[in-house]
Amino acid sequence: MAGATQPGPPASGRPGNGPNAGWKPVAPALADAARYGLIAGALAFPILALRAEPDFSNKLVLQPRWSWMLFAALGAFLIRLVFALAPARAARPKPTAAEAPSAGARTATKAFAAFGLGIIVAWPFIVLLTLGPSGALKWIDNYGIQILIYVMLGWGLNIVVGLAGLLDLGYVAFYAVGAYAYALLATNYGVSFWLCLPLAGILAAFWGILLGFPVLRLRGDYLAIVTLAFGEIIRVVLVNFSALTNGDAGIASIPRVTFFGLPFVAGPKGFAAWFGIPFSPIHRVVFLYYLILILALVTNLVTLRLRRLPIGRAWEALREDEIACRSLGLDTTKIKLTAFSLGAMFGGFAGAFFAVRQGFVSPSSFNFVESATILAIVVLGGRGSQIGVAAAAIAIVGGSELLRELDFLKQVFGDNFDPTQYRMLLVGLAMVVMMNWRPRGFVSSRSPTIFLGERRAISADLVQEGRG
Amino acid sequence: MEVFLQQLINGLTLGSIYGLIAIGYTMVFGIIGMVNFAHGDVFMLSAFIALILFLALQQFLGIDALGASFVVVMIVSMALTGLWNFVIERLAYRRLRGSFRLAPLISAIGMSIFLSNFVYVAQGPRNKSAPPMFGEVIKLTSGGSYDVTLSYKQILIVVVTIVLLAAFWFVVQKTPLGRAQRACEQDAKMAALLGIDVNRTIAATFVIGAALAAVAGVLYMLYYGVVNAADGFVPGVKAFTAAVLGGIGSIPGAVLGGLLIGLIETFWSAYFSADYKDVAAFSILAITLIFMPTGLLGRPEVEKV
Amino acid sequence: MTTLLRVEHLSMRFGGLMAVDDLSFDVRRGDITALIGPNGAGKTTVFNCITGFYKPTSGRIAMSPQGAIDGARLDALTRSGARGGGGLYLLERMPDHEITREARVARTFQNIRLFAGMTALENLVVAQHKPLMRASLFSLAGLVGAPSFRAAEQAAKDKARMWLDRIGLTRRADDPAGALPYGDQRRLEIARAMCADPVLLCLDEPAAGLNPKESADLNALLRSIRADGTSLLLIEHDMSVVMEISDHVVVLDYGRKIADGAPAQIRSDPSVIAAYLGVPDEEVAAVEQEIGA
Repeated sequence: MAGATQPGPPASGRPGNGPNAGWKPVAPALADAARYGLIAGALAFPILALRAEPDFSNKLVLQPRWSWMLFAALGAFLIRLVFALAPARAARPKPTAAEAPSAGARTATKAFAAFGLGIIVAWPFIVLLTLGPSGALKWIDNYGIQILIYVMLGWGLNIVVGLAGLLDLGYVAFYAVGAYAYALLATNYGVSFWLCLPLAGILAAFWGILLGFPVLRLRGDYLAIVTLAFGEIIRVVLVNFSALTNGDAGIASIPRVTFFGLPFVAGPKGFAAWFGIPFSPIHRVVFLYYLILILALVTNLVTLRLRRLPIGRAWEALREDEIACRSLGLDTTKIKLTAFSLGAMFGGFAGAFFAVRQGFVSPSSFNFVESATILAIVVLGGRGSQIGVAAAAIAIVGGSELLRELDFLKQVFGDNFDPTQYRMLLVGLAMVVMMNWRPRGFVSSRSPTIFLGERRAISADLVQEGRG
Repeated sequence: MEVFLQQLINGLTLGSIYGLIAIGYTMVFGIIGMVNFAHGDVFMLSAFIALILFLALQQFLGIDALGASFVVVMIVSMALTGLWNFVIERLAYRRLRGSFRLAPLISAIGMSIFLSNFVYVAQGPRNKSAPPMFGEVIKLTSGGSYDVTLSYKQILIVVVTIVLLAAFWFVVQKTPLGRAQRACEQDAKMAALLGIDVNRTIAATFVIGAALAAVAGVLYMLYYGVVNAADGFVPGVKAFTAAVLGGIGSIPGAVLGGLLIGLIETFWSAYFSADYKDVAAFSILAITLIFMPTGLLGRPEVEKV
Repeated sequence: MTTLLRVEHLSMRFGGLMAVDDLSFDVRRGDITALIGPNGAGKTTVFNCITGFYKPTSGRIAMSPQGAIDGARLDALTRSGARGGGGLYLLERMPDHEITREARVARTFQNIRLFAGMTALENLVVAQHKPLMRASLFSLAGLVGAPSFRAAEQAAKDKARMWLDRIGLTRRADDPAGALPYGDQRRLEIARAMCADPVLLCLDEPAAGLNPKESADLNALLRSIRADGTSLLLIEHDMSVVMEISDHVVVLDYGRKIADGAPAQIRSDPSVIAAYLGVPDEEVAAVEQEIGA
């Protein structure tokens, strides 16, 4: 990137001659914080302080809310004051190759992964036992299934972004292809979910090849923008091609998932009757949970396997240096296409699952923010690391689900206060903060795929991120 | 023929707005090699600021003279939007400069999500309809099947765009700031070694880009008379398309690309289908990048082996 | 000795600049051929044309991995419009990766292009992509862990190990390539290119930045590669390397060939001396030698 240098510290508010340790003098910190407060106040002035609301004749009338502006200024002032007064941290030394995780750390990671997997497998029963069937529903559905969908999408996109180093901002298009494939086949032709699931994956992979073929010779941000454009084109087509997709209204009453043919319904032909247990709606949710868990684990397993095969090594080589790849006889277009279409395939599987879980699909589920969220999961997880991606999915999706629980704030701020409005606001802010905090993501070292002596992790400083 | 002429006028008006936004993309990309994803939302924010300022002048100060309030609104929104973008660069991008390529992109996407939701929360989800302004029209032809009209708004938009572009061109070509910008674009490290304050130059680039986006925001608000918190994304992507079409990094290219995108969009809507006008714009983006990645006026990039 | 690679009337134009102008020369099997010339003479451009990174403006580049280049058959192939046939390839018609795979030309780069975040061993295994991919049945056999694939993978590992032994990097096999010292990276890049099984190895300034000891080691390595039956084409600035190991020297200046012959012949060629020194000024010579020009 062009602006790699930062000559000298920024002029604003850093008393450069003071001692590094210990608390800083109060007066300059106050002045500095006051400046921040003023700026925040100025920023808040029209947009927060005055709200334009239409009156009865639909004419806009300004409602002053000067207190909001005051809060913004005060908040910035206080936050800055705390930062300015806090003892300066010693500059962190840059990690070097020698400090890459040792074998001991790796076994620890493995143990942690096994423990985590155990929790995840037992999760529905843990919550069922602690909260009972009615309380558990939300925890299995919103916090279990929802997160696992994103884990799977993250792992799928990780093949493209993390391994092959290709920037894809339109990944949600393949998710949409999978979802609509199942929705249309099931509602129009009555094809069963179990047949549609592989079909959705194949269709998405096919679209991946179709879209990938012309664009994969582009590099970097250009590829990102073109994939974004394709994602949007697919969405706009879904909105406008009403004859097939029913437009914005979407496709409703998509057949629900069955236990390999046994529907989850009350009555003699249902799942519960077959197994002789009392009917409960939770059966279907628990089944969906394990279904997405298996799908996600298959994605992970295939990715881990492929990484150790020539194709996976070619992906990573491509990320490291495309020109060198070409000089070694690797057909980079084909290699990119395999990564792109394989990632798309897993997106398609996830899409079919999404459709069968919701029973309803509409274009609004496949907007750009979805793509951005999935990419953020991959980047925050630390491109290429499977565990990191899973952790990031839990943090981002779980975190944003937790924000739905802010309903109690209504009692504080009154009924007009809608906490879900703040959800995306905080998600956006979190993306900024997390990137500034960990630009390389949670797990940034790389584990070699083949070794002579011992497998040693490779420090992130050396791993390239790809220009494609 | 009448339809064609009318669409030409409409397209040039719309294209002026896209061109103004596109400059912000192209300058930031030129100087730090980053797609400033939040730029479209900065533009949307400025349209809101302009709307509120208009209403404030009317309702609190009782100023009804449109011309005077237009000038005031324009200047204040340029300043405020510039300040916004200055703060955004400082908080969300500066630390990430020279870091992993994806980190600033994700940060910018996060900022884009934040800004649109911030406006959504602050101003509510509903469309805001501005009071009609400069609504008079001039009939260019009459008697035919269709009257071709040119509204005062459209004249205003094109004139303001031309004046500001001239001023901006002067800044980039003739002032020390413009020289510093072009130097940083070529080689930031070398520029720093020669005593150019790179941080300040980049900050200035963001401020200027935002000021031009603010002009676009004011004009957009005037032209359509409606703003919404979700209005940043699509115009943003189209302006980026314009920047790419013109050749990213090239300022005349951004303007040319903006005009072309505006024309393509209006003609497509008039002759084919308004539903798919976004598809037309996005397809142009894809086709340009695939077949002409350097755009119309961009510098060819020779692959170094 | 037979001709392995024939460059005929090769021209490459960048806008108004004629980087290579009507260049013709032969590379003979079993030779170390050196391409020399002052900075900006167009040497790397010639390499990029041979290895398919640039499409030449005009000219013909013929390669015969196994047999010899026969004029009549070459003309027939050119007329047919095909990329290659009967063991003969026209490189200007082929994409870069096919040149390596089919015509068996491999190369290194002036600025080392290793896979920095992959280990030395991984670098060498990636270069054996083609046989491994075939053995993994395009990943299907590999996914299920078929024994035939495991055997192929072991063979690839053995070959990589053999090369690591030859370049003295066995101990560092599991270290990331980007962490190796500069001289080791140069040798590793050569070993990686050799793992792609070339008949002709093109080296772009292999001795640049090496100290005298490393330079001598490099000469030995290049000789041993030639002894094993791979021909070499190298760009080099270091005259001591050129004079010591090459069998045949081609001199370029401003994109044109100004001399072509055995090292001893080149050394005394007045046009070469003029091109390198401009004027017979000892000081310029000393300075140019120092900066490696």
